[in-house]
Amino acid sequence: MYKADVLVNFKKGVLDPQAKAISGVLSHLGYDAITDLRVGKHFVFKVDATDRDKAYAIVEEVAKRILSNPVLETYTIELKRDDEG
Amino acid sequence: MKVGIVVFPGTNCDRDTFKAFSRLPEVEVEYVWHTFTELFDYDLIVLPGGFSYGDYLRCGALARFSPVMSAVEKYILSKKGYVLGICNGFQILTEAGLLPGALSRNANNRFICEFCDIEIVNYNTPFTRMCEKRVLKLPIAHSDGNYCADASTIYELESEKRVIFRYVENPNGSMNAIAGIMDEEFRILGMMPHPERNCDGVLGNGDGRCVFESIYHELSREVSERDGLR
Repeated sequence: MYKADVLVNFKKGVLDPQAKAISGVLSHLGYDAITDLRVGKHFVFKVDATDRDKAYAIVEEVAKRILSNPVLETYTIELKRDDEG
Repeated sequence: MKVGIVVFPGTNCDRDTFKAFSRLPEVEVEYVWHTFTELFDYDLIVLPGGFSYGDYLRCGALARFSPVMSAVEKYILSKKGYVLGICNGFQILTEAGLLPGALSRNANNRFICEFCDIEIVNYNTPFTRMCEKRVLKLPIAHSDGNYCADASTIYELESEKRVIFRYVENPNGSMNAIAGIMDEEFRILGMMPHPERNCDGVLGNGDGRCVFESIYHELSREVSERDGLR
């Protein structure tokens, strides 16, 4: 069993209105050290596969086909063995 | 002439759309449930507005994988008729890759519900031929109507005259103020404004009617040609 973390974020240059709103509040509160805030989506799930490559292929297919929209978003995948089953 | 209106869980403009078509003579209108998988015998399929699957994940992203959408894809490939996607229907068509680009969050991050002036950019389409006005007053009601695509897609849409509707005053940040586009064969129209919500004087000035009258005339002509050949 594997545990997958898929992060989906807007591509650079795509307007991220939520991030803009949050950044406005952060700067209003004086957190000037924080820049380039982005808001994305985090998907967590388990994958039943016999080896890592097979698990990765499934996660990548799902990330590309369903979890992200290639016009607006990019994704990153983290995959770990899940020994708790 | 047969029109099919697809109903997903969360669709809410199906009845307005039904009414917009049923006021035209000799039109048979039917609802099509999202689990339908057979090949359609309709002359027009409509994906109406609403919040299919609660707009979860992304607007239209889950509806795009429902069984009926494979039937819609087959219908498009068979070139049997036309497809109209309004608002959430437009979002579903882009998610399915049946129209290019995507509809992202409105630039002001708000749900916008108001009447807009919509310029008809291309009159020579099955959905606009009967329109006489240059600008239609149509309501919009969406959070995600900000049309985005890469530069080459925008260039293609503009140069092939596939931008059919444009906002006079851009409400949501759409590239080139795009409000509605068609596919390269001019059989699929996706638009964010709601013509079905302004088909009656009671609900506005009736500007939306010409969109339905246009496709009605197009189909009447095609149906009579088809019957003439028999």
